[in-house]
Amino acid sequence: MNLISSEMRGPWTLFKKELLRFWRVSFQTVAAPVMTALLYLLVFSHVLEGRVQVHGVNYTSFLIPGLIMMSVLQNAFANSSSSLIQSKVMGNLVFVLLTPISYLEFFLAFLAAAIARGLVVGLGIYLVVILFIDLPIIHPLLVLVFTILGSALLGAFGIIAGMWADKFDQMAAFQNFIIMPLSFLSGVFYSIHSLPPFWQEVSHLNPFFYIIDGFRYGFFGVSDMSPVVSLSIVALSFFAISWLALHMLKSGYKLRG
Amino acid sequence: MIPAIKIEQVQKHYGNLQALRGIDLAIEQGEFFGLLGPNGAGKSTLINLMAGLIRPTSGKLSVMGFDVQTQYRQARHALGVVPQELVFDPFFNVREMLRFQAGYFGLGPENDAWVDEIIECLGLADKAHTNMRKLSGGMKRRALIAQALVHKPPVIVLDEPTAGVDVELRQMMWEFIKRLNREGHTIILTTHYLEEAETLCSRVAMMKHGQIIALDSTANLLKKIPGKNLRLKLSAALPETLRPLLRHEVGSEYMLALTEVAQVELVLSQIREADIVVEDMQLIEADLEDVFVDLVGQP
Repeated sequence: MNLISSEMRGPWTLFKKELLRFWRVSFQTVAAPVMTALLYLLVFSHVLEGRVQVHGVNYTSFLIPGLIMMSVLQNAFANSSSSLIQSKVMGNLVFVLLTPISYLEFFLAFLAAAIARGLVVGLGIYLVVILFIDLPIIHPLLVLVFTILGSALLGAFGIIAGMWADKFDQMAAFQNFIIMPLSFLSGVFYSIHSLPPFWQEVSHLNPFFYIIDGFRYGFFGVSDMSPVVSLSIVALSFFAISWLALHMLKSGYKLRG
Repeated sequence: MIPAIKIEQVQKHYGNLQALRGIDLAIEQGEFFGLLGPNGAGKSTLINLMAGLIRPTSGKLSVMGFDVQTQYRQARHALGVVPQELVFDPFFNVREMLRFQAGYFGLGPENDAWVDEIIECLGLADKAHTNMRKLSGGMKRRALIAQALVHKPPVIVLDEPTAGVDVELRQMMWEFIKRLNREGHTIILTTHYLEEAETLCSRVAMMKHGQIIALDSTANLLKKIPGKNLRLKLSAALPETLRPLLRHEVGSEYMLALTEVAQVELVLSQIREADIVVEDMQLIEADLEDVFVDLVGQP
């Protein structure tokens, strides 16, 4: 018996293909980010543990949710953006463009695969970390919601970047000059209350800050902002970026001339 | 009967460049149709429009009666396209790639038998589990054809499918495509090999500068070039008196257009009078290439 209807099989197949695409190179797409996050953790916790406490939480514990979410966001972005730019440059995107898959289905399949990669990387880091550090989760549902919303936001962002970029160089610029600064300056390594007032205000303009702050609240029950505010801003950002991505897909921007 | 492809007043502009300048064309179901023209004539643009890969500036296109823009799902179900470039997904093997492609068209495991049949027919059976990256150019070309057929489209478009393909594979591919045509599939072919179009296509459109400059049955187009061609290899340059008959020349080889066989004697006598030796000679029937050269101005 077919569990998937023939109408849904197109986007479902695209989602499955995208999953398999990153899973085939899981050393690069899952193991490497887990390793990088652990190295950050090792270095920063070694240097700062015992000297810094944030919201009454020791620094290593404070750092872990931020590092997990930073990896989740970067990998969700990398999944949709690299798949799109690669298949554009290689020319094999034509195989999807020739099919009856609609722009909305295309968007959902790429988004779901980006979320899946974000979840796998996040879970991978969490599972390795809890082997060494006791890290309770006070609000597991909130942790899950922020992980999904954060990956979705960056997955949609990745679709936009993948459509916009014509070469790998442009994609690297997008990643290094937009995604990396936004994620590093989002309070992964510090509470924004430790910043001067001006930079606190600037941080409030960064949607990544709300994702990490809300995610951290799920672990410790304390955060810089109210989790409701963070959730609303992240959800709004997701809808805005998704609207833009869908608009670009519908118009065929750089995909259908 | 609904035409397999209907193109009405289609124009495509890229800024100031007019890639297509008002194309009208209907291709009937079951036809083996040839689309010929030099590089930049607009053949690939027209195919990309049929496939919905680009959008027309104005005009309408339909595949099996389904509008390419407004009924794109049905139109794309009805069309299989073999792209010109050897594109492939480097992450997957041949069978995986074909199953994914079938899945995009809403087909599941019930279609696996057909996928296996295509793999077999195109001689890909021993490469079914080979990654696309590791296939030779010829094998990649077969995989591309297989990919266009996974959803059993009634209309199949082949954009220069035999470019860079060896003779053996070309023959095998054409046998398979002819079989599909006999089984009722409409075939639309663009090719630079005019003898292919002449052998295979029942009807041909010739394009130049984004316009169709000739559209007729292959037989009728051939009738437009009366007489025969005389190929000569000479020890010296062709006498000036014979220049009006010259179709083209390559080095010491000359192709002369004759309206009747009796002209051979006249040509030979003038060559003798000029004290030139005929090193080789061949009388050839006019072919589609001659029509093409006459209309388009270059082979």
